[in-house]
Amino acid sequence: MERKVLLAEKQPEFGAGLEKALTLEPADVVYAIRDSGIRGRGGAGFPTGVKWNLAGASFSDVKYVVCNADEGEPGTFKDRILIEKYSERLIEGMAIGGYAIGSSNGIIYLRAEYPYLVPALKKARNSFFEKGLLGENIKGRDFSFDVEIRSGSGAYVCGEETALIESLEGKGGMPRNKPPYPVNSGYLNKPTIVNNVETFCAVPHIVLNGPQWYADLGIGDSSGTKLFSISGDVERPGVYELPMGASLRSLLELAGATDIQAVQVGGASGRTVPPSEIDRALSFKDLPPGGSVIVFNNTVNMLEVLENFMGFFVHESCGQCTPCREGTVQLQHAVDLIMSGEICCREELDPYFKLAETMRLTSKCGLGQTAFNCFVDIINHFVDFASGHSDEECCCCDGGDQ
Amino acid sequence: MHKISVIINGKEANVIEGSTIMEACELIGIKIPSLCYHPKLEICGNCRVCVVEVEGWKTLLPACSTPITPNMVIKTHSEKVLESRKIIVELLLAAHNCDCLVCDMAGNCELQDLAYELGLDKRSRRFENISIPVEEIDSSSPVLQYDPSKCIMCSRCVRACRDIQGKGIIAVLYRGAGIKIGTGIREWDASACDGCGECVQLCPTGAISEKKSPGVRSWEVEKTRTSCAYCGVGCQLDMWTHDNKLVKVTGADVIPNFGSTCVKGRFGHNFINREDRLKTPLIKRNGVFAEASWEEAIAFIAEKLGAIKKEFGSDAIAGLSSARVSNEENYLFQKMIRAAVGTNNVDHCARLCHASTVAGLAAAFGSGAMTNSIAELENARCILVTGSNTTETHPVIGTLIRRAVQKHGAKLIVVDPRRIDLVDDATLWLRQKNGTDVAWMNGMMNVIIEENLQDEKFISERTEDFEELRKIVKEFTPERVQEITTIPAEKIREAARIFATSETSSIVYSMGITQHTTGTDNVLSTANLAMITGNLGKASTGVNPLRGQNNVQGACDLGALPNVYSGYQKVADQEVQAKFEKAWGTKLSSENGLTVVEIINALGTGAVKGLVIMGENPMVSDPNLNHVEEVLDNAGFLAVVDIFMTETAQKADVVLPAASFAEKEGTFTNTERRIILLRKVIDAPGEALPDWKIICDLSTALGYPMSYSNAAEIMDEIAEVTPIYGGIHHSRIQEIGLQWPCPDDSHSGTKYLHKGKFSRGRGKFHPVDFIPPAELPDKEYPFILSTGRLLFHYHTGSMSRRVDALNEYVSGGYAEIHPEDAARLGLVNGGQVKVTSRRGQIVTEVMITERVAIGSVFVPFHFAEAAANRLTNDALDPKAKIPEFKVAACQIEKVN
Repeated sequence: MERKVLLAEKQPEFGAGLEKALTLEPADVVYAIRDSGIRGRGGAGFPTGVKWNLAGASFSDVKYVVCNADEGEPGTFKDRILIEKYSERLIEGMAIGGYAIGSSNGIIYLRAEYPYLVPALKKARNSFFEKGLLGENIKGRDFSFDVEIRSGSGAYVCGEETALIESLEGKGGMPRNKPPYPVNSGYLNKPTIVNNVETFCAVPHIVLNGPQWYADLGIGDSSGTKLFSISGDVERPGVYELPMGASLRSLLELAGATDIQAVQVGGASGRTVPPSEIDRALSFKDLPPGGSVIVFNNTVNMLEVLENFMGFFVHESCGQCTPCREGTVQLQHAVDLIMSGEICCREELDPYFKLAETMRLTSKCGLGQTAFNCFVDIINHFVDFASGHSDEECCCCDGGDQ
Repeated sequence: MHKISVIINGKEANVIEGSTIMEACELIGIKIPSLCYHPKLEICGNCRVCVVEVEGWKTLLPACSTPITPNMVIKTHSEKVLESRKIIVELLLAAHNCDCLVCDMAGNCELQDLAYELGLDKRSRRFENISIPVEEIDSSSPVLQYDPSKCIMCSRCVRACRDIQGKGIIAVLYRGAGIKIGTGIREWDASACDGCGECVQLCPTGAISEKKSPGVRSWEVEKTRTSCAYCGVGCQLDMWTHDNKLVKVTGADVIPNFGSTCVKGRFGHNFINREDRLKTPLIKRNGVFAEASWEEAIAFIAEKLGAIKKEFGSDAIAGLSSARVSNEENYLFQKMIRAAVGTNNVDHCARLCHASTVAGLAAAFGSGAMTNSIAELENARCILVTGSNTTETHPVIGTLIRRAVQKHGAKLIVVDPRRIDLVDDATLWLRQKNGTDVAWMNGMMNVIIEENLQDEKFISERTEDFEELRKIVKEFTPERVQEITTIPAEKIREAARIFATSETSSIVYSMGITQHTTGTDNVLSTANLAMITGNLGKASTGVNPLRGQNNVQGACDLGALPNVYSGYQKVADQEVQAKFEKAWGTKLSSENGLTVVEIINALGTGAVKGLVIMGENPMVSDPNLNHVEEVLDNAGFLAVVDIFMTETAQKADVVLPAASFAEKEGTFTNTERRIILLRKVIDAPGEALPDWKIICDLSTALGYPMSYSNAAEIMDEIAEVTPIYGGIHHSRIQEIGLQWPCPDDSHSGTKYLHKGKFSRGRGKFHPVDFIPPAELPDKEYPFILSTGRLLFHYHTGSMSRRVDALNEYVSGGYAEIHPEDAARLGLVNGGQVKVTSRRGQIVTEVMITERVAIGSVFVPFHFAEAAANRLTNDALDPKAKIPEFKVAACQIEKVN
């Protein structure tokens, strides 16, 4: 396990970041986060400082700080490790967020499959209470904060922040239209920041060490370090912390990947990278780093992987918007047609690529806007239609005549 | 409105800031297609058909939900947009059972239209039909059906049910490809759906549709705008007809219903197509009806009435006009009785519902009608509903009250002995003992004065006699009121505080207030309560009696009452008498005539010997029916004009066939004083004629010639002699009705009454003491009986019980009994029970429910075979002569 900051052996004392934050003006905390350049660690990469700034400026007596701990992206388990080992750091980050935007209410939306993490979170909360770092008038300041733990119900889409908020409100997990954005109208229509576990865990380090220190850890528009959960055909699966901008190759080497057919970066909705591209940088500019890296060796049938992923999206689409609900079904159908040989040339797939583009352009939330990535990547890099054509006439297009 | 500059499709446009891209484009004439968007519904942004290209965005944005911002550069029909739009609609078509050849919605289907607009012919479609839902059509509802294979998941039905109707019965179930619309995990009829059909109206495809197919393509029908024939809300409907048959009804998107209807309005008008409509005049000879010509029948009636008049005088004749026929017909009917017969013995069933309103509000304010308008309820901060089961009796107003609470945060106080559906939305529910309304209202006023919450300014500037009120309510401490009413004292205090401190408080009441021997006192108390808190003469306040029948307001307005001419001009007033004598060219009587129950009684004693009934059915609607039946069986002469052979018509000597509301022109006046147009939708069956023509013929035969070429001409005469209708002409109400008072042709009607000044000058407080009901439970008759209406049926059932779908919901009468009483008496749900009062008995079905209190029984009065009115008490309110339908003593026994 590679340990840099979040997972470093030597860590600042839990609460030190919060205590330091409380000596600053809330706006200065927001500026520190903004200047650090940290972007959301859940995968979408929205600048955290911008989010906090908007929520801080949003006028309301009640605001919410929500931690998205609905870690559901296939192949991701970094947040689980953080919660298991660094619950206090998470709560500390949330409290700093609360102080920064003027909120007294923290809510952790915990993945339904993680009930065993509840004791760790409760313990952390209690210890912060005992230290006087949660509760009323923390450290004598005009700032109160507490954290509540709420369980999800097993829907992947609830990792999307507005679906998460709907779920928190007791409704079905269906993403909302944006605008309004949660920073203006989120949980119970109050200003709300929703951040990933890893983002909150990074916050105390930024406050303690300064924004520049954090920015310098990374590269360009991708500052800081990032956790990667790597699994699949590797010798040493686990969670690794690398500076932003590190190459995919360096991560694969650390984890001991030798036989590589494909690397899935960023989970099912991320990109499927062929070996020829593993020197690309893990950064928002190049290969967007989600939490998940899955390695497939050459024994794997990538069409079966695609079939699995498409089945996942058909099942996990919330179903409210047309392109996602019907699009995922049609893409899954296209995979079936390829596997059964009914589609045997690239041209036949044109409508499905156009469909993928329409899904990107028109879906309501990030799920539908990315659910086709694996389809596009796997068809483009891992399916060889030439063999289907040989010398005979193609069954479905004019390709065989050439 | 602040305007901002944007560029749409290459052209600069100034649009309203704060609007969405969709709204802004619509205003400048660019139509962006959509399937889930509907201006009446909350925006969901699900179909994604309305996406547009906005410069600076990597994705397309939904026009329906995206606010337009300054300097936006928008392309609504770029190649990128059109390609996406096509693919989205293709996806929907791939999941849609394109059964257009046989689909009732063909021609009205928004998906069909969009596919056409985008040119998506079948051969060029790119996606296979792999996801058409295979579930069966759910046709378990009596009125509608849901076909999942035609559902495009736009969720309009869900939002229609939730946002407009406030019911929230339809929901999105499951998720992803398995997503569905439904009312729960079971079939539609297992839900609380009451069949209003808001979902049917807003479904863009044939997914939720009328269960009964119109049987004709949509382009072959004719649509006619007219007014609903059921309750006093006055919903505007579009009636779809083909080949002189009514095939479908939709709600018109105008005041007062804005597209909504109830189950009766949308699905309950087929009765006009029925074969058993009266088609020829009938004369009873030797106890058997025989067909007669119009000439014969009219001459027969004229001869009989003429003989009675000659021998016993004009006052030996009486007429019952009707809350169901038009204003013009009511005017002519009372004119005939007064001018041709020469008596003021004319009344109608308003006597049985709101006589006390007319009496009470006239005394307190100077005019007896709903002070405010229906639409204002939605913005009231507090609504006090008492004695009105609004969601069943005035369903569209009921939904408005629900919306006021659910969407606008109004406080709702329900005071009712029954746990009516509105209790679910209520901030407070006060369950009073039947017939104790004066007590709890005095109790509220006691608290208001005690806690100094009254509106001193309003009281001193606008009212009189407050001191007398103060004296009497002082005695009604909440603790004493608790003893009388059983409402906890603290709840009375709370209700008083909410009512008095809300910015606008509106009182809505109906027959639970009026149908008592203290009905007028009750009404006066509502007036006191509104005045003491200054809730009059401004929007979203007032005293709002909901009138029951489609034209009960109009029948009263047009003088179908024994003491007033049209416009509440008193017959005893010599100036008024002279005016009408001049206008009508004949001598008139200055003696007040008899009221409904008095007419029936006089018929019994022989003081009245001839009675003409137009469109009323006292054999079901009047109290103490055994007495009514005996009287009608022995009546001297009875002529009935109706559209069906009602229980009353069967007792007649002559029956004349009338055209229904859909077969003639005229106007109704709805509960908010709005005069609304009635248009001819189809031709009347057989020889049936509009009532106004029948009246003209009869009056002429009686020696007072009447002749009008159409209903509009009658209204012109009404306008001349009726100040409050002075500006009402058919030509002025073609689109939207006008609300009286409307004194002249330039007046645009009156939304709410008593602004700045009451009709009578100052509002008058009437101190009212509590008097118990005329008949209370005792050892022999230990239960309190109350009667009322149901959503699915109407009045005496002559219309609604001839509609199959409504009968499927409720086919017969029943008695609501509390579970504890049922257990004690060994009653089971659906079993038979005998309900007996001092006046009669009925055998009916048991419905065990906690809607009624222990010791109470509720029986709906629609059902002749188990007529609640065989039990009711005909004791009258001394001032308004309204009978006490709402309280009688009864006993119940199990029938084996």
